[in-house]
Amino acid sequence: MSLWKIAWRSIQQRSLASALTAFSMSLGVALVVAVIVIHGVIEQSFRRGAQGYDLIVGPKGSPLELVLATVYHLGTASGTMPYSVYDELVNGTDFAADVDVAVPLCMGDTFKGFRVIGTIPDIFDRVEYLDGRKYQFAEGRNFRSEAPFEAVFGAMAARKTGLKAGGKFAPVHGSLAESGQEHRAQFDVVGVLAPTGTPNDRAVFVNIEGFYRMHAAGHEDAGQDAAAAPAGKHEEGKAEAKPDAKKEPAEDAKPGAAKKGALASGGDAHAAHDHDELSDEHKRLTAVLVGVNPNVTAIRRVALPKLIAKGLDVQAVAPSEQIDRLLVGIVGNIQLILLILAVMIVIVAGIGIMVSIYNSMSDRRHEIAVIRALGARRATVMVVVLLESILLALGGGAIGLLLGHGLTGVLAPLIADQTGVSVNPLQFQLSELILIPGLIVLASTVGYLPAVVAYRTDVAQSLISSP
Amino acid sequence: MLLQLKEVKKSFFQPDGTELPILDIADFGADAGEQVVLVGRSGCGKTTLLHIIAGIGRPTSGRVKIDGWDIALMEEAEVDQFRAERIGYVFQTFNLLPSFTALENVLLGMTFGRVRADRDRARQLLKRVGLADRLTHKPPMLSVGEQQRVAVARALANRPQLILADEPTANVDVGNQQQIIDLLRETCQEERVALIIVTHAPEVAEQFGRIEYLEKINGVRASR
Repeated sequence: MSLWKIAWRSIQQRSLASALTAFSMSLGVALVVAVIVIHGVIEQSFRRGAQGYDLIVGPKGSPLELVLATVYHLGTASGTMPYSVYDELVNGTDFAADVDVAVPLCMGDTFKGFRVIGTIPDIFDRVEYLDGRKYQFAEGRNFRSEAPFEAVFGAMAARKTGLKAGGKFAPVHGSLAESGQEHRAQFDVVGVLAPTGTPNDRAVFVNIEGFYRMHAAGHEDAGQDAAAAPAGKHEEGKAEAKPDAKKEPAEDAKPGAAKKGALASGGDAHAAHDHDELSDEHKRLTAVLVGVNPNVTAIRRVALPKLIAKGLDVQAVAPSEQIDRLLVGIVGNIQLILLILAVMIVIVAGIGIMVSIYNSMSDRRHEIAVIRALGARRATVMVVVLLESILLALGGGAIGLLLGHGLTGVLAPLIADQTGVSVNPLQFQLSELILIPGLIVLASTVGYLPAVVAYRTDVAQSLISSP
Repeated sequence: MLLQLKEVKKSFFQPDGTELPILDIADFGADAGEQVVLVGRSGCGKTTLLHIIAGIGRPTSGRVKIDGWDIALMEEAEVDQFRAERIGYVFQTFNLLPSFTALENVLLGMTFGRVRADRDRARQLLKRVGLADRLTHKPPMLSVGEQQRVAVARALANRPQLILADEPTANVDVGNQQQIIDLLRETCQEERVALIIVTHAPEVAEQFGRIEYLEKINGVRASR
């Protein structure tokens, strides 16, 4: 009979106390696992979200805010920049050769809480959301540059809003909580993206041309009816990319996309909006996602952010660097604090195991003496007690592992709703493996005291005393 | 001679520091396969003597040789090993582990020696003591007589050379007493194991060919 079995039988004999101590251990381990898993998945998702392009060009301000707003659709960017920045990047003399793909982004509107982003079809046609993985459409197709009022929904946005390809919607200026002002323009949903596990799952993408026209129309309305679009909502320097209503005579509006081959003029079913077209000089952008030409030299690639920033009077940031700063500087510290708290709970649970076994020693002295009388050495009974402690810790740990992933599963929808980060509860992190040696060391440490009591048991004396 | 005790003395220190002699045995022994009954009143040192023979307790002085090995001179771990492989012990209160099944209790008797635990032998022993249908029963589910039979099987499990039985019938009802004694004697005979049984019951003692009265062989008592 193995010593493990002897230890297990001892645990069974005190089933209630054993179950309670193992349960307390499982709660501690569940918290550790939840912290590790959620942090790991968040980190992975953050890094995943920043793939597909090399730089984000945006107005001067906080680089982290820019990245969070444009990549993760969290918070607001610190301002807008002229459309000419995009033009310079694509057609200018200084940087066009460095740029493989450039995708302009305009933000400021929402639909049922999901961010509406004005952009160009290239965002799905030419940008990969992961290395080697292109966007796929679960329904319909990409929006076309020549159809300004077409839109594509991210997978979660479609699911939560109930909109499918063929549906229509009108974005809300800002958010419902801010203004509740619905735009007059309606967009046709022409496609729904397959899930990507990136923040884009919870965004709505509209043709940038339609985005501009919608806002131009909004400003025209604002001129006629201030209540319909409060002027205060249209100040420059906010996160939104919006035309300046005071400077943009609708009659002058001309699409600039034809020039770039990316933005095209309208002229379709939404002809009613044609008069809302804007000239490039009145268009504003939140950011431009830039994929650097792979043929650019390493030195040039490193210098490019500064060159762009200086040349175009903007900031150009590498999202991966900002994510590293965020993860190490903020998220990492929060995780560390949570992890320390969770580990302390595990240690307290470990002490619970020690107290439980130690308290049982007076009852078990006779039993230990019997085992010794059958030939077990002092060291053997000591090992049995240590194994008992280890079994309780590992058993509780195994339950905690399941609980932790279960907890992650329960929290997953909440995390996805709040942050757009999809958490897979079945995704195990390598760092969870450290729990096994960690629990064994903890159990051996807390089991040492009762094990010493077992070691010191006086066999003859204990056999004489009543069982 | 399988067992040989020479000039074995045992004394305990009392709380006031004075020494309390318990045993003073000049010469005592048993041959291989021999069955000896030790008779004595309660408190005369019977259990202490068995503990010394089993290596559970150490003599204050003297030699305790079993099969030529003086266990009084061995390290504690060596004595434990020796006991695990060569000695079986039947306790007055059975001392079965309550969370183990009957089969596991018997297996426990062969767990701590060098030879690997033999499940088949454990089953055979339980069958031999009439408990073939009680293998998976735990002690609380067994009658008192059945528990002591499991204890006998456990004592035989490691194929010992010597079985020490400390008043094995003291807690057994009259109906089961004779069965236990018969079982011990028969199985020890079959396995060619020496048996030293301690009792204060004359009806048990008189069944053995060799009866030793502890009061006679123990110098401490003799001198009192």
